[in-house]
Amino acid sequence: MGASQARTEHPYQDLMDKTGCNDMFGSKEDLASIPALDNNPLRKQIITAFFDKRNQHENQVGFFEEIGFEQFVMVMSHFRAPTLKTSEEEREVMRKEKLRFLFNMHDTDNDGTITLEEYRKVVEELLSKSGALGLEAAKAIADAAMLEVASTNVPHMAPDDFYEGITFEHFEQILKGLEMETRMHIRFLDVDTTTMRCGKTTS
Amino acid sequence: MAELRTGSGPVLLLLLLLLVSVGSAIHDAVSGTNGTNVDPHHQSNSSGTKKPFPVLSFNYDHVRMPFEISLWILLALLMKLGFHIIPRVSHVVPESCLLIVVGLLVGGFIKAIGEEAPILDSKLFFLYLLPPIILDAGYFLPIRAFTENMGTILVFAVVGTLWNSFFIGGMMYGVCQIESAQLGAVDLLSCLHFGCIISAVDPVAVLAVFEEIHIHELLYILVFGESLLNDAVTVVLYHLFEEFSHAGTVTVGDAFLGVICFFVVSLGGIMVGAIYGLLGAFTSRFTSHTRVIEPLFVFLYSYMAYLSAEVFHLSGIMSLIACGVMMRPYVEANISHKSYTTIKYFLKMWSSVSETLIFIFLGVSTVAGPHAWNWTFVIFTVIICLVSRVLGVIGLTYVINKFRIVKLTKKDQFIVAYGGLRGAIAFSLGFLLTNSQVKHMFLTAIITVIFFTVFVQGMTIRPLVELLAVKRKKESKRSINEEIHTQFLDHLLTGIEGICGHYGHHHWKDKLNRFNKTYVKRWLIAGDRSTEPQLISFYNKLEMKQAIMLVESGSGAKLPTTVSAISMQNVQPKEAPRQRVIPTISKSREQEIRKILRANLQNTRQRLRSYSRHDLMIDPFEDNMSEIRFRRQKVEMQRRVSFNTTVYNYDAIAIESPRGRDSRPTPSSPNDVSLLNESPQKPNQSSTTRAAGDVELRVKTEDEQEEQDQLKLSRCLSDPGPNQEGEGGSSFRS
Repeated sequence: MGASQARTEHPYQDLMDKTGCNDMFGSKEDLASIPALDNNPLRKQIITAFFDKRNQHENQVGFFEEIGFEQFVMVMSHFRAPTLKTSEEEREVMRKEKLRFLFNMHDTDNDGTITLEEYRKVVEELLSKSGALGLEAAKAIADAAMLEVASTNVPHMAPDDFYEGITFEHFEQILKGLEMETRMHIRFLDVDTTTMRCGKTTS
Repeated sequence: MAELRTGSGPVLLLLLLLLVSVGSAIHDAVSGTNGTNVDPHHQSNSSGTKKPFPVLSFNYDHVRMPFEISLWILLALLMKLGFHIIPRVSHVVPESCLLIVVGLLVGGFIKAIGEEAPILDSKLFFLYLLPPIILDAGYFLPIRAFTENMGTILVFAVVGTLWNSFFIGGMMYGVCQIESAQLGAVDLLSCLHFGCIISAVDPVAVLAVFEEIHIHELLYILVFGESLLNDAVTVVLYHLFEEFSHAGTVTVGDAFLGVICFFVVSLGGIMVGAIYGLLGAFTSRFTSHTRVIEPLFVFLYSYMAYLSAEVFHLSGIMSLIACGVMMRPYVEANISHKSYTTIKYFLKMWSSVSETLIFIFLGVSTVAGPHAWNWTFVIFTVIICLVSRVLGVIGLTYVINKFRIVKLTKKDQFIVAYGGLRGAIAFSLGFLLTNSQVKHMFLTAIITVIFFTVFVQGMTIRPLVELLAVKRKKESKRSINEEIHTQFLDHLLTGIEGICGHYGHHHWKDKLNRFNKTYVKRWLIAGDRSTEPQLISFYNKLEMKQAIMLVESGSGAKLPTTVSAISMQNVQPKEAPRQRVIPTISKSREQEIRKILRANLQNTRQRLRSYSRHDLMIDPFEDNMSEIRFRRQKVEMQRRVSFNTTVYNYDAIAIESPRGRDSRPTPSSPNDVSLLNESPQKPNQSSTTRAAGDVELRVKTEDEQEEQDQLKLSRCLSDPGPNQEGEGGSSFRS
């Protein structure tokens, strides 16, 4: 694995202190006990994402019971930012990777589509910590969003056709405007992020 | 018709020149006859003969001031009108250039007839012409982009302007040392003073040019943000050098005080603005009964912020921006939709007029002012300004890129450097110089630089942007999916940062949001809306926009042709089989229903109100909203029902009551329908809720049109006017 040891010491240390683990990273409960996540409405989803086998890019499905350092860094590698030297194709790959991560977070039953129920759940979670105005609002918003996806991607559906759910291509299409590769990143201190590459991803 | 249109441009021009000359002639006549007017009156009194009653008298003096002001403004606006009738010219040349040329012509004309041309008075400029433009820019500032790039903007504004001032000042002093230029009289302090005046990027010019080229948001916010924030630096340096040139000597203590002064000026300005902003937000909480004066509060509080900052020599621009930014989220949650539209339109109108006047006056002042042309000085000024800007941007970007995640490419740097336009602020500051010896020379040089940047850079930036294939502004409007995912990302990234233990940008933003929600919103937003999450506000705004759009186009004479056939039934999983399935309606019956619908369209509004359980308490100023919603729902529904099939039965569900009143019912989902719970056997009565598609709307093409219109909707060209469908009334594109 090509991850730079100099940088990854830091969060490893942090997390180690928090969870009190030594060689294994820990289970869901350990991650859940991190105080920084307390006020976050997406707490459960974030933690689940770490344990999701799909995010390890090994074509497996299911969930881990416990994750190690490798898995942790693998998930974190989704949050790299492009540099000046990143070429167009690399940016495309990066964007797909990040969108895939988001897609996996929404598609909880792993059937390849985000159904209306799943999307409703997403919006409910988003509104959960905001003193929600009830399930009706979340339902309405999710419905409208779904309608929008359907209208943009499949504009000529007959009235009896049923739009199954948001596939990955449609998902990419509707989020095209957000330029994910420049938005979905965090600052990994002052490290040359090109060294942060795990062996399993294509370089 | 085409000839008429191209011919009308020069005709307008002639008409205006005529108006101006009439104005000046009148002015002449008055000053000439003023003396003689008094005597006949005296004579008649002393002699005792009775004067006939004056049926028609002439008293220009009485209205002179407002008359001339109105005449000037009218001239400016007619000019603007003229430019847009001649499309070819306005494509190539930016409006600011054309206006300056007009100013030159008018100034030349006035001088030719022997009158004294008015000069751009600094007081007029700083107190009346500049604030509307800044307020307009500050109120509609894209906050997200601004705060994300705040570090970069500050570095460019502060360090960049300092570098520019000292570099230009120093180099010009060096130039003045050249024997052949005969510039020995200019000392170092004056040169530095000159440098600080000329170095500041001007927000008016930047706005005027950048508005027309539609580059993407990052570059726009970088250049524009810089032009706003460098005001503090300019103010401090200007007063500093002014004091020094009176005092004669500079000590280290003075320099140190200067640095402190900078912090006081900028932070003080922001604080003053923030206080007024909060006051404005608090006031708007109580305006639910007097909606008509709501916009005035926004304008007056902002103007007071500007003036108060100017009293203490703090940065008025920063104060104005801080006021607008602070006020906006709370005021928008409190005021009615009409007030919001009023504010938007008034701001755009005033800033448009101001900008036009500024450029015209710039042209006139060029002709009027005393000039002292010195080839060496002027040429070197222009060159050194350019060089200093390029060097500054390159050097600063090199440093900044080390701290940015999304780096600035070479193309970005070029646009930032090239977009550093100077404008009327530099001119006004130069005008305030007291040292008359070198003042004229400085003014000449300043005007030359302004002309150079506005004409050369302003005209060439558009083809350059196309040549370099710089990223353009995102054209599509914000969709609900994007909003959901933006929020989703915010929380996700905050969470990941939390896991990493790294307190970054998202962490602080999250903390600020929570503080805002728990404490501030409760005080400043009226009623239930204080607890409304952002996603829901966004969704409601979106619904409102769509509703208005549908009403505007739905009332058109033409029947649209295509429609997006997607409806909720496509998206939702099939439910249990519907009860009361109706047999198909024959074609002729369908026609009848349609006729009845069209006839009843007007009446349904009244009927609607009486049947509805939930809109009894309608805000009298917003009686449109429920109709709009109703229309929208009706249309939504008509989209769902296809031509040759059954008529469905929907349950009656409430329509949202309009904003600004008590508790808000939950937003109705698109699946829910308007009010009547009807039986399908009475198509007449149920005309509001069921139909074979009467008026299908061109949803898709409206979207396209709105995109195009949004591109055209710049500050200078605020209202795209009636729809292409040929309806009356302006379209509220936001």
